[in-house]
Amino acid sequence: MNRLVARDLTLAYEQRVVAEGLGVEVPDGSFTVIVGPNGCGKSTLLRALARLLKPREGAVFLDGEPILGQPAKQVARRVGLLPQQPVTPDGITVADLVARGRYPYQRLLRQWSREDERAVAAAMEAVGVTELADRVVDELSGGQRQRVWLALVLAQETPIMLLDEPTTFLDIAHQIEVLDLCSRLHEEGRTLVAVLHDLNHACRYATHLIAMRGGEIVAQGRPSDIVTAELVERVFGLPCRIIDCPETGTPLVVPADRRKALTAGML
Amino acid sequence: MSTPVREAPVRKEPVRAAAALGRAGGLLILAGALVAAMAASLAIGAENIPLGRVVDGLLHPDGSREALIVQDLRVPRTLLGVVVGASLGLAGALMQALTRNPLAEPGLLGVNGGAAFAVVLVIAFLDTRTSLVYVWAAFAGAAGAAVLVYAVGSYGRAGATPGRLVLAGAALNAVFSALTAGVMLLDPRTFDGFRFWQVGSLASRDLEVVAQLGPFMLAGAVLGLLLARPLNALALGEDAGRALGVSPARTRALGALAIVVLCGSATAAAGPIWFLGLAVPFMVRSLVGPDQRWVLPYSLLLAPVLLLAADIAGRVVARPGELETGIVTAFVGAPVFIWMVRRGKAPKQ
Ligand SMILES: Nc1ncnc2c1ncn2[C@@H]1O[C@H](COP(=O)(O)OP(=O)(O)O)[C@@H](O)[C@H]1O
Ligand SMILES: [Mg+2]
Repeated sequence: MNRLVARDLTLAYEQRVVAEGLGVEVPDGSFTVIVGPNGCGKSTLLRALARLLKPREGAVFLDGEPILGQPAKQVARRVGLLPQQPVTPDGITVADLVARGRYPYQRLLRQWSREDERAVAAAMEAVGVTELADRVVDELSGGQRQRVWLALVLAQETPIMLLDEPTTFLDIAHQIEVLDLCSRLHEEGRTLVAVLHDLNHACRYATHLIAMRGGEIVAQGRPSDIVTAELVERVFGLPCRIIDCPETGTPLVVPADRRKALTAGML
Repeated sequence: MSTPVREAPVRKEPVRAAAALGRAGGLLILAGALVAAMAASLAIGAENIPLGRVVDGLLHPDGSREALIVQDLRVPRTLLGVVVGASLGLAGALMQALTRNPLAEPGLLGVNGGAAFAVVLVIAFLDTRTSLVYVWAAFAGAAGAAVLVYAVGSYGRAGATPGRLVLAGAALNAVFSALTAGVMLLDPRTFDGFRFWQVGSLASRDLEVVAQLGPFMLAGAVLGLLLARPLNALALGEDAGRALGVSPARTRALGALAIVVLCGSATAAAGPIWFLGLAVPFMVRSLVGPDQRWVLPYSLLLAPVLLLAADIAGRVVARPGELETGIVTAFVGAPVFIWMVRRGKAPKQ
């Protein structure tokens, strides 16, 4: 059985039910990407997988045990989460921010160790922000800031990392830079689950793709096996053609030019 | 964890280490400043006493006039200034961290309003003039108000979010001031008695007050300082903090408890002293940045230095009378605070 599994989840906020009977299995060692239209429940699912949201029904299992029954800090040593909108404290330096990722390893009598020091240095090195260690995070570019946040999750040294839209608000070059970095982290042996908005990026990087709509999983599998024009139409309501990416051979979604149809209709 | 992580050499990080060293040095300097302020508070007053004689008076209480002044008046007053200042500084820092609001003030939890109402009730309806009764009434009022604020603020399913707590505190504070004013209007003598409590003063309280409230303040301080790391994690946002293993509800409840104990005992001991709990953590963050492991102890040490300085100033400017401490803190603190805000150096939480 895979390490992170969700069964029969009913996820809800107070009145609003977001998903019912949702089952998800995150394949160990995969780079799983979740796609779907805004508001379909991607973040909600990620929060449930990270033990942040208590399902109304069903359960999330981590290493075979219900995740809610496990102490928060012990879960935090195995599952890391980069939320969609984390808060950067004003005036904090890069090294201090990354160091906060070590919280799950600290106890009253074991505050800061060489092990923490090593993990923070390794995390900054891995995302290439070592040179920025003493800079104030607010003053960095968007791409640098996102790498710093990734370093925080890396410093947590979890085998499973959940990333909620790690590339949103970045320009295209920085999006690719962050995704290449994620891909490397995956190749080093971690299990990654990321929510992405760009379908082409999802197809290019995912080893396992989950397409959601309205709180349900419409399809999942290898991108080249499941991504079809019909699926994209069903999930996003977008007519398109799928071609092979000349660079990677993965599916490339080309939206249909509806302006032609519109103009034709008007004639 | 056996996650393969690319091995990176453990770098010497001279700048970070230097920053930590600098901050630790700053703490030592502050501790020195506190000792100096205590010495000045023992020596300066309506009648100045040279430090040598202060020490003599402490070591060999010979019944001389100066020894008596030091022992009976200035020692209690100075110790009270230290514990009250430290409590208010730390409570303010905790409040701003918990609410993630750089302008939050411990009084927002309803503590001051509740304490004032309890004191006014005691003055109006109990025929007592012993300060210890006031003290315990104020403490009970502060705690009762905080519990009420917490209950109102966490009513409903969303629970006790910082914003709701502050709203509930503001509302209940207004209710308490109205009730307090009402009782005073009914009885002019109460008004007279209450006036002195209300301005906030370190004078004319005896050592017994410090002895009784000290253990509470100590417990509150230890609890507060232990919250530094969970508060640091929560500062990254509710979700990020929880993903790191923090329980926001527990951290908030413990933080509120520490604030109520600290601020409640400070208010009980010296009356409401506004401003210190608001301005000190604000100043501290512009000095040491957002790391609560530094912000909390710095606030704990800086606030009593300022409070003692204000108390001494109050004794000097109006000789042979004196200005109440609470008035001086506001008069001196406000311009400094406004200057800092305008300079834009003060960081948001
Ligand atoms: N804290 C919340 N309280 C109530 N409803 C929420 C909350 N967060 C999200 N929702 C609702 O739940 C649905 C799913 O949201 P979300 O999981 O954030 O979607 P996605 O990440 O796919 O864009 C949305 O309709 C959203 O409005
Ligand atoms: Mg989302």
